Formats: sequence, structure tokens, C-alpha cells
Amino acid sequence: MEVILRAVELGLIFAILSLGEYITVKVMDSPDLTVDGSFVTGGCVCAMLTLAGMPNIGLAAAFAAGVVCGCMTAFLETKMKIQPLLAGILTMTGLYSINLRVMGGAPNVSLFAAPVPTLLSNPDTQLIVLLGAAGLIGLLLYLFFKTNLGLMLRACGDNENMVKSSSINVDNMKFLGLGLSNGLVALSGALLAQFQNFADVTGGTGMLVLGLAGIIIGEAVLRPKTIGVGLSAAVVGAVLYRLLYTVALQLGFAATDMNLVSAVLVAITISIPVLQRKMKEKRKKNA
Amino acid sequence: MLELKNAGVVFNEGTTLEKTALNDVSVHIQPGEFVTILGSNGAGKSTFFNVVTGAAKLSKGQVFLDGKDITDLKEHQRSKNIGRLYQDPSQGTAPHLTVEENLALAYSRSRGPFSMAVQKSDQEFFKKNLKRLDMGLEERLKTPIGLLSGGQRQAVALMMSVLNPPKLLLLDEHTAALDPKSAQMILQITSQLIKDEKITALMITHNMKDALEYGDRLLIFHDGKIVKDFSKEEKEKLQVKDLIDFYDI
Repeated sequence: MEVILRAVELGLIFAILSLGEYITVKVMDSPDLTVDGSFVTGGCVCAMLTLAGMPNIGLAAAFAAGVVCGCMTAFLETKMKIQPLLAGILTMTGLYSINLRVMGGAPNVSLFAAPVPTLLSNPDTQLIVLLGAAGLIGLLLYLFFKTNLGLMLRACGDNENMVKSSSINVDNMKFLGLGLSNGLVALSGALLAQFQNFADVTGGTGMLVLGLAGIIIGEAVLRPKTIGVGLSAAVVGAVLYRLLYTVALQLGFAATDMNLVSAVLVAITISIPVLQRKMKEKRKKNA
Repeated sequence: MLELKNAGVVFNEGTTLEKTALNDVSVHIQPGEFVTILGSNGAGKSTFFNVVTGAAKLSKGQVFLDGKDITDLKEHQRSKNIGRLYQDPSQGTAPHLTVEENLALAYSRSRGPFSMAVQKSDQEFFKKNLKRLDMGLEERLKTPIGLLSGGQRQAVALMMSVLNPPKLLLLDEHTAALDPKSAQMILQITSQLIKDEKITALMITHNMKDALEYGDRLLIFHDGKIVKDFSKEEKEKLQVKDLIDFYDI
């Protein structure tokens, strides 16, 4: 029971990561590799402020830091015309050094010595706080996507040519989308740091795929047609994935193998439609 | 209204692939005119449109809209005043957004970025306007637009550009990808809407009959130049066989 509860809580933290990635992967239709860096940035910034006795300001600062990371990638992509994937990789690589600087050169920082309790310090209310956070962020995102600005952002990912010819500044939309996305990713990293009571500079490896796994599993379960269901699917998927992950660990998988499990899972899920089509064609030929 | 002064566009300037797409074009379009444009492939019609919207840069010359020099304005800055419809229906609409969301994209933006895009009163307004198209689209406000047929999508795209009337509407063979019946219908709706809303419009077409039937001025492009400019009276006397000579094979 204890194990499952912890899995759900972790799942809700990663649900915020999935919600952030939903903006780039699903809405803007271009996966953003900044995530592996900005997730850690969120954790580092929040950890240092938590140690300084400001845990909640730490969460807000982590979000802001994430927004800045996203805007950096957007800057490289739009103003410097660097390919989206490379722009993300460049920011992520640079962030590694910045994250070490933020933590004063230490590769990891423990929060057990934090002077002020965080929102997640009390084990009895952890679940409620995380449920509230994931729910609230999901709801806010949903409402945002129904506003004029949100609609423009969605149209940008849907049909960039049309948007270009309709007096919307596509570059600004990329700043908005990447900024918001990485802000949420960093917030997720910050909550994880407070939850686990430590921040680690290598903690970001595989986060892009992990967030993606949540989105994809959610889609497989809920088959979303609208953006509201899509966002809910990202939350549900992230929690489900964490539960599966926990089961795998209980079955004796080494924790270090889990990145491979995530990658294989995402690869298989994405290839299912292609495999299905190939099977169909084969059957047609044989018939 | 719209004026081009000595507009020239040269692609790959200074290389062996150099191609003059527009050669010193000067033209003046009057407010409220509906101009049809004919010309063979590569004659410079689309480049002409691209120069007006800002999608292509002028090598020389100037573009004026309402007496204002817009030569150096970016595409998205000009498009507040210039609407454009493409040949491919999928280019003018966002497929995963619903019909009402697409319409809101064109219509609601003036309300500010954080107001809800589709409000109750909008839905009534959209329904009323979609009824004018007589395609039953008013019942499908919540349908993702990618699920509609090409003709329906083009009709919505047309409605989008009319809900927030631009000073200038550019129609780039916007019926060419449709079946003959839908094409005729879209063309009639276009002509009606342009008249009702008093929009200045330019329409590229390869259909000579349409070019003669619709609009009140006819331009013929050839080799990057406007070789003929028929007024309404001259155009009424023209026949399809008079036009065929302007195409080279």
C-alpha cells in the first residue's frame, strides 16, 4: 500500500512534466529536448532556495527559471534559425554547467537540513497537495487553450503557414509555447526535489522520454479527440506509467534499467500503428 | 487602394539560375474592385501575390496599400489588412481545431489575448453566417475541420476572411482543387460575399470562363509582366477564344 501511494504521488509530479511536454509535443508538434536540462534547473533552483528557507518562492523561481530556459531555445530556433532539435540540445548541454553553478559546484544537494518545512514535508497531506497541483495546472492549461492566445498557439502547431498569413507572429508563439512548457517541466523538477529531499545534477537524463511515456500511455487508455481529454490523458498516463514502473521494480528490474524500459515502451507504442498497417498489407497480399 | 510601383523580383540573382519572376510591374487597383488575373504557369501571378502579402521580397520597386508604403512591413504585420485564400483547402484552416475555433481565430482576436475565444454570442453569430453558405455547416460547429470535405473547408476559410473583412482579399486559384460543382458554388459565394462586404479582391484563376464571368477588371500576366489590362467594359466584349492567344505553349 505504502509503495502504491508513493507511486501515485511520484506519478502526479511527473504528470506536471507530461503536461508541460504536452504543449510542445502535441500542441506545437515539435518535441523539445530542452526538457532534460530544464527539469534539473527547476530542481536545482528550488533546492537552493529551500535551503535558504524559502521553499514556496523556490517553486515559483523554478517555474520562472524554466520559462527562461524555454525562451533560450525559442531564441535559438526563431531568431538564429537553428533547427528545433539542435536548439533544444544546445540549451540542454549549456544548462548542465549552469545547473552545477546554481548548486555551488556540488553535483547533488540534500534538503534534509532545510530550515522551513515545504508543502510536501507532511506525509499525510502530500497526496492532496500533489493532486491539487496537477489538477489545478491541468485546468489552467485547459482554460488557457480556450482563450484567443491559446487558440493561436494551437493553430501554430496545426498549420504554421495559415498562421503566418493571418497576422499572428509565429516567433512570439514559439517563445510562449516553449517558455510555458519548460516552466511546467522545471516546476515538476522542483516538486520532485522537495519530495525526494535532494536535487541531483544528472537527474534530468531521460526526462523527455519519461514525460512522453505518460502522454502516450494516456492516449492509449483514453483515446482523446479533444484537448480537454488530451490533457487529462497526460495526467492519467503519467500516474499509470509510474504504477507500471513500480510493478516492474517489484518484479526485480534494476532501477538503472528503467530508462531502457521507458525508451522501449515509448518506441513500441509509437510503432504500433505502423506495425498494424504492415500486418494488414501482408494479410491482403496473402488473401 | 493597392499600388505597385516598378516592382521587380529576381530569384537567385547573379547565378546561372537567375530568374526574373516580376519585371518592372506597375499597377493601381481601385477600392472595391474585383480583379481577375489570368496567365500561364510561371507568368508571375503567384509572385505578384507574394509581393503583396510580403511572403516574397522585392528586388526593386515599392508596394503601397491605401497610400501607405508597406514595402518593408513583415508578412504578419501586413496580414491585418490582407487576407489570402489558397488553392489547397488544407492551407487556409487548422485541421485539428473545430469549425467554431477556426472562425474564432479570425474573428475574436480583437477581444484581447486572454478572453475566451468562443463565447455563446459568437456561436449564434457564426451559425448565422455559416447559414449564408447553405452547406449545413451551421450544424457542425464542434467538428474538427480536418474531417470536412475540401469544398466545405474552403467555404469556412472564405468565411474566416470575410468575418473580419480585410482591406484586400487575395484568392489564389482557390477553387482549382475542388470538384466542378463545389468550385462553382464557392465562386458564387465568393462573388456574393465580396459584393456584400464591399471588399477589394484579386483572384487568380486558370479558368478563362470564370475570369470573364466574374469580377470587373481583368489582368493578364506573361513573363513577369502585365501584358493586358481590360476594364469592365472591354472585358464584357471579350470571349474565351480571344484570351487563348495570351498563353504560350
